[in-house]
Amino acid sequence: MKPAAFTYHRARDVEGATRLLAELGDEAKVIAGGQSLVAMMNFRLARPGHLVDIGGLAGLAGLRTDSGGGLHIGALTTHHAVETAPADALGPGFAVLRDAMRWVGHLPIRTRGTVGGSLAHGDATAEWCLLAVLLDAELVAHGPDGERRIAAAEFFHGYYTTALEPDEILVEVVFPRPAPHAALTEFAERQGDFATVSAAVDLEPADGGGHFTAARVALGGVDAMPVRVPEAEDALVSGGAPGPELYARTAAVAAESVDPPSDGNGSAHYRRVLIRTLVARACEEAMAR
Amino acid sequence: MTTESARPDGDRPWIGASVGRREDPRLLSGNGRFTDDIALPGMLHARFVRSTVAHAEVTGLDLTAVREVPGVVAAFSADDLGLADITARLGRPVSEFVPTGMPVLAREKVRYAGEPLAVVVARDAYAAEDGVEAAKVSYESLPPVVSEEQALAPGAPLVHGEAGGNTLLDVSMFATEGIDGTFDEAPCVVHVETRTGRQNALPLETRGVVASWDHREEQLLLQTSTQVPHQVRTTAARCLGLDERAVRVVVPDMGGGFGQKCVVGREEIAAGAAALRLGRPVKWVEDRKDALTASFLAREQHYDVRAAFDADGHILGLDAAIVCDMGAYSCYPFTAGIEPLMASAEMPGVYKVPAYRVRARAITTNKAPTAPYRGVSRPQYVMVMERLFERAARELGLEPTEIRRRNLITQFPYTGVNNVTYDPGSYLESLNLCESVLKEEGWYAAKEKASAEGRHIGIGYSCFSERTGYGSTAFAQRKMEVVPGFDISEVRMDTSGALVVTTGTMSHGQSHETTLAQIAADELGLDIGKVRIHQGDTDRITYGWGTFASRSIAIGGSAVRLASGRLGEKLIAIAASVLEVPPEDLELGQGLVRCPADGRTVPYEELADIAYLKSHLLPKDTEPGLTATASFDVLNDGTFSNATHGVVTELHEGTGQVEILRYVCVEDCGVAINPKVVEGQTRGGIAQGIAGALFEQVTYDEQGAPSAVSFMEYKVPTALEIPEVSIHHLETPCAFTETGAKGVGEGGTIGAPAAVLNAVNDALLPTGVELDDTPITPETVVSALEHTR
Amino acid sequence: MTDNAPEHTAQQRQLLSLDVNGETHELLTEPRRTLVDVLRHDLRLTGTHVGCEHGICGACTVLLDGAPVRACLMFAAQAEGKEIRTVESLADGTRLNDLQQAFSEHHGLQCGFCTPGFLMLAEGFLAERPEASKEEIREVVASNLCRCTGYQTIVEAIDDCAARRRAALRSRLEGTAHHNGDSRDSEDENTSETVPPGAACEEVPCGSTTRSR
Repeated sequence: MKPAAFTYHRARDVEGATRLLAELGDEAKVIAGGQSLVAMMNFRLARPGHLVDIGGLAGLAGLRTDSGGGLHIGALTTHHAVETAPADALGPGFAVLRDAMRWVGHLPIRTRGTVGGSLAHGDATAEWCLLAVLLDAELVAHGPDGERRIAAAEFFHGYYTTALEPDEILVEVVFPRPAPHAALTEFAERQGDFATVSAAVDLEPADGGGHFTAARVALGGVDAMPVRVPEAEDALVSGGAPGPELYARTAAVAAESVDPPSDGNGSAHYRRVLIRTLVARACEEAMAR
Repeated sequence: MTTESARPDGDRPWIGASVGRREDPRLLSGNGRFTDDIALPGMLHARFVRSTVAHAEVTGLDLTAVREVPGVVAAFSADDLGLADITARLGRPVSEFVPTGMPVLAREKVRYAGEPLAVVVARDAYAAEDGVEAAKVSYESLPPVVSEEQALAPGAPLVHGEAGGNTLLDVSMFATEGIDGTFDEAPCVVHVETRTGRQNALPLETRGVVASWDHREEQLLLQTSTQVPHQVRTTAARCLGLDERAVRVVVPDMGGGFGQKCVVGREEIAAGAAALRLGRPVKWVEDRKDALTASFLAREQHYDVRAAFDADGHILGLDAAIVCDMGAYSCYPFTAGIEPLMASAEMPGVYKVPAYRVRARAITTNKAPTAPYRGVSRPQYVMVMERLFERAARELGLEPTEIRRRNLITQFPYTGVNNVTYDPGSYLESLNLCESVLKEEGWYAAKEKASAEGRHIGIGYSCFSERTGYGSTAFAQRKMEVVPGFDISEVRMDTSGALVVTTGTMSHGQSHETTLAQIAADELGLDIGKVRIHQGDTDRITYGWGTFASRSIAIGGSAVRLASGRLGEKLIAIAASVLEVPPEDLELGQGLVRCPADGRTVPYEELADIAYLKSHLLPKDTEPGLTATASFDVLNDGTFSNATHGVVTELHEGTGQVEILRYVCVEDCGVAINPKVVEGQTRGGIAQGIAGALFEQVTYDEQGAPSAVSFMEYKVPTALEIPEVSIHHLETPCAFTETGAKGVGEGGTIGAPAAVLNAVNDALLPTGVELDDTPITPETVVSALEHTR
Repeated sequence: MTDNAPEHTAQQRQLLSLDVNGETHELLTEPRRTLVDVLRHDLRLTGTHVGCEHGICGACTVLLDGAPVRACLMFAAQAEGKEIRTVESLADGTRLNDLQQAFSEHHGLQCGFCTPGFLMLAEGFLAERPEASKEEIREVVASNLCRCTGYQTIVEAIDDCAARRRAALRSRLEGTAHHNGDSRDSEDENTSETVPPGAACEEVPCGSTTRSR
C-alpha cells in the first residue's frame, strides 16, 4: 500500500497551477487536502504521474458573505473550519453547513479535507456534493482562460466525474442564499463512514407557518451523483400544514421517486426504507431551527 | 490466599491489586519497540507477489521484469528457494483427518486469492511494491470452491487432491446410546441452524518480521510478531534445513494477536530464506490490504443442532452437526481440526446435558486459511446453545432465565456427557446476579413501556464457561501431534536483589509484564519494581508454548509462582546459615529474610552477595548463584472461568440499527491477579464479540475474490458502536492452579454474540422472525421488522 | 531503468525541511513517501504507528499545526512549513504528561499499538475543545480504531484528563488552590505524580465496577 512514483509540483499561485495542469495533461492530478486521493494512491487505484499541490495557495481558504446574502467558501477551506466557523463568519442562515460537517468522516479527516477537494472528487455520497445540489450552489473553476461558474446541477456527471476540465482548479463554491430551515442527515452502519443514504432538505415556510412556499429535497447514495427529488418537493409545497404527517408523506414520495442501486451497502429496498426515515428526519430537523 | 501466613505484616499483597502496568510508560511515550520499528544496517524490504485468482494451476511465473525494477534487489519464487512445506498433523486416521502441506510459496497451484507466489526484496517498501507489479504470472483457472455448498457438492472440484470431498476433518463423537429414542419421545424438540460470518482477528499491528543472519552467532535472527516463538523457531528451522539452535526468534512489542499470530506464517519463513540468500537483513510488514485478504482468518461455521426438552424445560439431548470452513490450508501447529474439535468437545457447556451426539467437519475452500481466533468456536456454539434454550423457553412458556436455571450445572466437579470434568464455578450465581442487576435498573419495565409505544427493546443473556489452562492432557485428547501444555519459568536474582523471571508465555497486550511480576513479587516478598519479566526470546527462554487459549495466567503464572517459591527456599537456606537458625524459623517479605522470633533480618542483597561473590560462605550442599526453575502443567481437564452477559438492545425501525442500551457482565475467573487487567480483557473481548455479532464479515464474490479489502468494507466498530460495559466480579478460586486464578482472555468474546443475538431476537419476538446468522446487519433487522406475526 | 515502465523511472528525490517536535530536519526523499513513513523510517520517530494506510484506523495520527491529522494520508512534502508534533513530544524527559498518565490510570491501553494515535487525537481535540463533554469525547474517540480496550477506558481517560485540566485552569484563574470544584475536578492534586519508565504505578480505584464476593 505504497503509492506509485510521481513528480511533485508545489503551486505558487492559481495561474501557475492551471498552466502546469495544461502542460502536464492527463498525467496530472491536483492535490489539496488529499484525504480521498492519497488513500486511492496508497491502494494504487489512482496513479497520477504528477501531483500539483495547491494546498499552500494563499487566498483560497476562508468564508465570506456577499452583499446579496450569499456565502462564498474558498476551495481550500477545511471541513473543520466550517464546522467551527463563528456565526458571523458563516452568516445568517447557513448553520446547515456547519451542522452537516459532523457527518464528514472524523475529526482528523475534517482538519485536512477541503470543501473544494470534496466537491471536485465528486463522491455520490459526499456531504458537500449533496449540499451544493440542494442549495443551488455555484462552483467557480479557474482554468487557462480564466474563471467560469458552474451550477451544481450541471457540475456532477456521475461516479467521481464532474464538469471540471483536467486543467481547471475549483477555487470557490458560492451558496447564493441563506437556508435557515435546511438540514442534512444520513445513515451508515458506522458513523463517519460514507453514507448508505443521505438526505437533505431546504424548506421555506410561509409567513405564519401554515404551509411551505418552496422546498428542496436532495438525496445522496441513491444514484451516481446527488439528486434533487422534485416529486418530494411538490409534495411538501402542495401538502398543507407542516408537521410529521406531511414529512412522512413526503419521505414516502421521495422513496418511490428514485431508483436506488443494490450493492454491498444495501439493497434498493433497504435504501428506500432509509429514505423514508431520513427525509422525514431532515424535515423535522430543518423546522426545528 | 495461601501465602498470607508467609507474608510478614505490612507486606503488600500484589495479587488482587490493580497495579499500574509496567508496560505503560514505554508504550505511552512512543518508546515501545514493535517489529516495524526495527531498522538494521543494510536492511531490505519484502513484499509478496500474490495470486490474483482463487483457484488455478500456475502455468508461468516470470520474475525477470521484477528484478529490473529500480530499487529491487532480488525476487525469489518457490523454485528459487526450495523450502520444505509447513504441514500440520493430527494423530488420527486418514478417515478422520487428512494432513495437507502448505508451501511457503505456492508452486504449481494456487488455492486462494492472495496466496504468496514470490517474494520481492527491495531497498524500500515502495520499490518492492513496484517490483510486485512487474511480475508476470499466468494461470489456468480451476473452478473456485467458495462456499460450503460448493465444497461438499458431489463431484466438486478439489482444493487439495488428497482431501476427497474437500473434507480435512470428519469426526463423529459421543453418540449417547438411545439418543434417537430420546428425541422421538421428547415433548419438546427445538432446532437452530446458524451460520456465522468469516472474520478477521485483526490485531491493529499486522504480522511482520525482520530476518537477519548473525555471522558471529551463526544464527538466523527472526524478530517477529508471534504468539508462539518456539513454534516459529521449529518450523523455520525445518523449512530452511537448519538446526533449531541456528534460529533465534525474538518477539518485539506486539500490537495484538488474538490468535491470528498463534500460527506460523509462511511469509516470516520466506523473509528468513531471503535474508539467508542475500546475507542482508530483510523486513516484511504486512500491509492492511494483505492483512484483510491474505492473512489468517476465522470463524466461518455452520451449525445445525436439535435439542430435546422435557415438559419442565430440562434438556434431554443434544444432536449437532457442525461444519467449519477452514479455507485453503491447515494452520500449524493446530491444524484445520482446531475449530470443529473444540466445538464438538465442549458444546454442552454449562448445562447438564444427558445425551449428546455430534458430527463435526472441517472443510477446505478457496479462501484465505484460518487460525484460531479468540474464543475458537465457543462464540458460535455458545450462541447456538443459548438460542436453543431461548427457543425452548418460548415453546414451553418459561422465562428464558428460568429454563437456564433448571439446567445449569450447580454441583462441582461435574463430569459431562462430553467426558469433560468441570471444576467449580458460579454458573447459577452469575446468572442470578446479572438478571437482578437488569431488573433493579428497570430494564424489564423499560422494555414493557417501549413495547407499548411501538418501540422494539429486547433483553438477552448468555451463560457460558470458558475452559482455560489447557494442559498437555487436554491437547493430547484432541490428538494433536504437537501437544502444547506445560510452561517453564526460571527466576534469577542478581546481586542487587533484583529478579528476572522468564516465562514461556507471550504477552501481546495482556499485561503479563505486570501480572506475572505481581505473582513473583508476592511469592518472594519483593517490590514489584524489583521484578522484570523476560518473554519471547528462544535463546533466553528454555522452551515455551506462547500465549493462546487463555493459558498464560493459569499455567504460566503457576510456573512463575513455583519457581519463585523455589528461589525463596534457597534464600531461606542461605539466611538460615547466616543467622544460624533452622530454616523453618524464617520467613520472606519486604526484600528481607526475617526471623520473627528475634526480629533479626537479612536483606536479599546480602544473601545474593554470598551466593555470587562470597560463595565460600555458602552452607554445605548449597550451589552458588540464585536461580530456580519450575514447570507447571495441567493434567486434568483444565479450569473453567464462567460468566453471564446481559444485554439490552433497541432495534430502530427506520434504519435497522441495533443500539445496545445496556451491557452487564458478571464474570468469575477465580482469583483476579489484577482486577483492572481482568476488566480490560473482558471489555475488549466483549467489543470483539459485538463486532462479530453485528458488524464484521469477510466476504467474497462468486469467483472467490475478496470483497472486503479495506476498513470501508470490513467494518471494525468504533467508540460509537461499542457500549460501556458494567462488570461485576465473582470469585471461585481454582483449586489446582498455584494462584487460584483461571484464564480470562477469551470470555468476553465468547459470551457477547449470544447475548446480543438473544436481545435482538427478544425485541423481534412480536414479528415471529428469528435471526440466527451473524453478523446481523441493519438491513436484516429492517426486513425482520417488516414482518408481523 | 526500463523503457516500458515509465512509472518506475520517476525516482527524483526532493529536498525537504520538516519541523518536527520543534526540531528542523532536512532530508532528501522521494516525493511519494508519506509523512508517516518519513517520520518513522527517515527520522526514526517510531512512536507514530501505521495501521491501515487509508486513513481509517488513526494509528498514525499526529498534530499538524496543532490539529490532529492522518500522517498516512499526506505526503511529507505537504507538511513543509508546518509544525508537526508526534507522541515523542508529550513526555517531559521520563515524566509522562497528564494525558499519558490518565491513560495508564484508566487502563486505556493494552497492546499499546493504537495508543500514540489516540493520544495525539486527544491532545489536538482538547486543545481546541477543553470544555468537551464525555459524549463529544466519545464521538472524537470514534475517529480511531482500538482492538483491545473496547474504548470505554480511553474515553474515561481523556474525560478525566480534560476535567483535571479544567480544574487546574480554574485554580490558576482563581489564584487559589482546590476549592469549589466538582468532586471529579477537585482531584487535580493527583496530576503531578511522576511515572518514570519501569516504575510501578500506584494502585488506582477500579472505576464503576463492584466486587460482589
